[in-house]
Amino acid sequence: MTVTDRTGTEGTGTEGTGTDARSWTARLRGRVTGLVPPGQALPDRQPAYMTSAIYVFGVITLAALVVVVATGVVLSLGGAVWWHVSAAGHVVNSLHLWSTEIFFAAMVVHLWGKFFMAAWRGKRALTWMTGVVAFVGSIGTAFTGYLSQTNFDSQWISTQAKDGLNSVGIGAWMNVLNPAQMLMWHIVLMPLVVGVLVVWHVVLVRRHGVVPPIDAVEPVPAAEEGSR
Amino acid sequence: MSTTLPKPTAPPVRRHDATPDAHLFPTRPYDLVKEFCLALAGVLVLTIALAWIFSSPDEKAVTMAGWATAAPNDVVATATGELAGTTTSAGYGAPYNTASDGQALGPLPLQKWAGVTIPVNSAEDLVLTPLSGVGGDAALTAALTAYRAAPPDQQTAWATAYGEALKAAPDGDPAQVAPGDYGPVPVLADKFLALARSGGLEGALTSSGTFYGSDATRSLLLLADGAYLEDQARAQNLGGDQWGMMNETGNYPGQPWMWLYTFWYQVPPFSTSDNADALVWGLMMVLTLGLLLVPFIPGLRSIPRLVPLHRLIWRDWYRRTGQRAAAPPAGGAPPR
Repeated sequence: MTVTDRTGTEGTGTEGTGTDARSWTARLRGRVTGLVPPGQALPDRQPAYMTSAIYVFGVITLAALVVVVATGVVLSLGGAVWWHVSAAGHVVNSLHLWSTEIFFAAMVVHLWGKFFMAAWRGKRALTWMTGVVAFVGSIGTAFTGYLSQTNFDSQWISTQAKDGLNSVGIGAWMNVLNPAQMLMWHIVLMPLVVGVLVVWHVVLVRRHGVVPPIDAVEPVPAAEEGSR
Repeated sequence: MSTTLPKPTAPPVRRHDATPDAHLFPTRPYDLVKEFCLALAGVLVLTIALAWIFSSPDEKAVTMAGWATAAPNDVVATATGELAGTTTSAGYGAPYNTASDGQALGPLPLQKWAGVTIPVNSAEDLVLTPLSGVGGDAALTAALTAYRAAPPDQQTAWATAYGEALKAAPDGDPAQVAPGDYGPVPVLADKFLALARSGGLEGALTSSGTFYGSDATRSLLLLADGAYLEDQARAQNLGGDQWGMMNETGNYPGQPWMWLYTFWYQVPPFSTSDNADALVWGLMMVLTLGLLLVPFIPGLRSIPRLVPLHRLIWRDWYRRTGQRAAAPPAGGAPPR
């Protein structure tokens, strides 16, 4: 076993360096802390070109997602059919429904806003792609939610949707007529996928920063300072 | 506005496009956490208001007993169709059976390739097995014995003949069917209706021999094979040609984010094709892939540069810095 001088490795702020290069912990720390530039994980300043109201739709999407998950967690406490037989359950279901509608409305505005900003510029293609996949994953999550309602809507939607899924072979593994499977997908599998994608997306946004305006040139420090 | 030049905290990045590093631009104070908290509060208030005003739909599920009471002739016709092999599920193909190849995406029979992973024999699983669980009914036992003892061709002939006779009868009423050689099928269909009326059919279909019945595949296939479920859906404007499953019961928004998927079903050639599901799914896969890969598709990725919306979004920046947006004024040249 190699003994490392802890005094020499701690408090340097140079993660992943000055320590045992074979340390899994140090290497992981280096990878995690290097995901975003120093100070950019939660910056208290933003680029001066961020003045449009369009920028708030990303954070509204995140806020709505928090409400969606929170109301979903409360629904899960009562079980799959609780909301049919409980007034409180029905209220929570209503909150879950409308927060989902707000979530999608904000996300669609965010998506089109980013499209017309060509927000994939400057090495941000992966940011765009994680956002698109998160959008598609969210559609799948909401869809499985509709299948898990155990009411007429889920009866009708599932019997209609099976044909599309079966026609391309997906129905062989995703049985929309099985509400137990769909409920598990809705509350475990799909939220996990969407959650990972959202975190990845946000980390990429913080890593690369918010895309500058189309055709903006790199600012000249002295000129910029003097112009303000 | 207070702006300062940031320290170049990010390492320089080699770029294939001309977009500068965002971290090199002047900044202004911005409270991200406060923004999130305000957004969360706003979403909460709006959610509570919408839930308070509009609530949420919860149309009760159709039950087999309800179906048998409201449309008994449809139950009899459906049971007969399952025995004759003429229902949708009986001739479906994968993933339920091999009765047909199913749909194909061009030359690719994806449905067939996926195979039978949820085996369902419509006659046996949806009708005969549930009836076999009914005890103490001598007429039913005799009918089942006679039916099972007959060769498959004879079984099909009886059921097909009875199905045709039901179609010819006024309102499909079994009591007004013309006499014919239907074997034990009329008794089986009638007993099936009685089982449905009793409320025991769901359990017989869903439990499938296990205590915990949580898979409604067979119940839903049977229900969808009948006309009653669709009649109820169409009455609520939920038919496939009524923008179908993106809607939900009542005046609720449903799943408007699925509008494009549902849209294709409303227009030719999809609306008239027997292969519509595979075609629509194929098209949506291509469109989704296109959206995903926009950054790499020449022409598509240039649309934002041609549409002047970005000049509106960054109008302050363009005005303050004197930099022109992508679309130059008449007679002017773009900055790069």
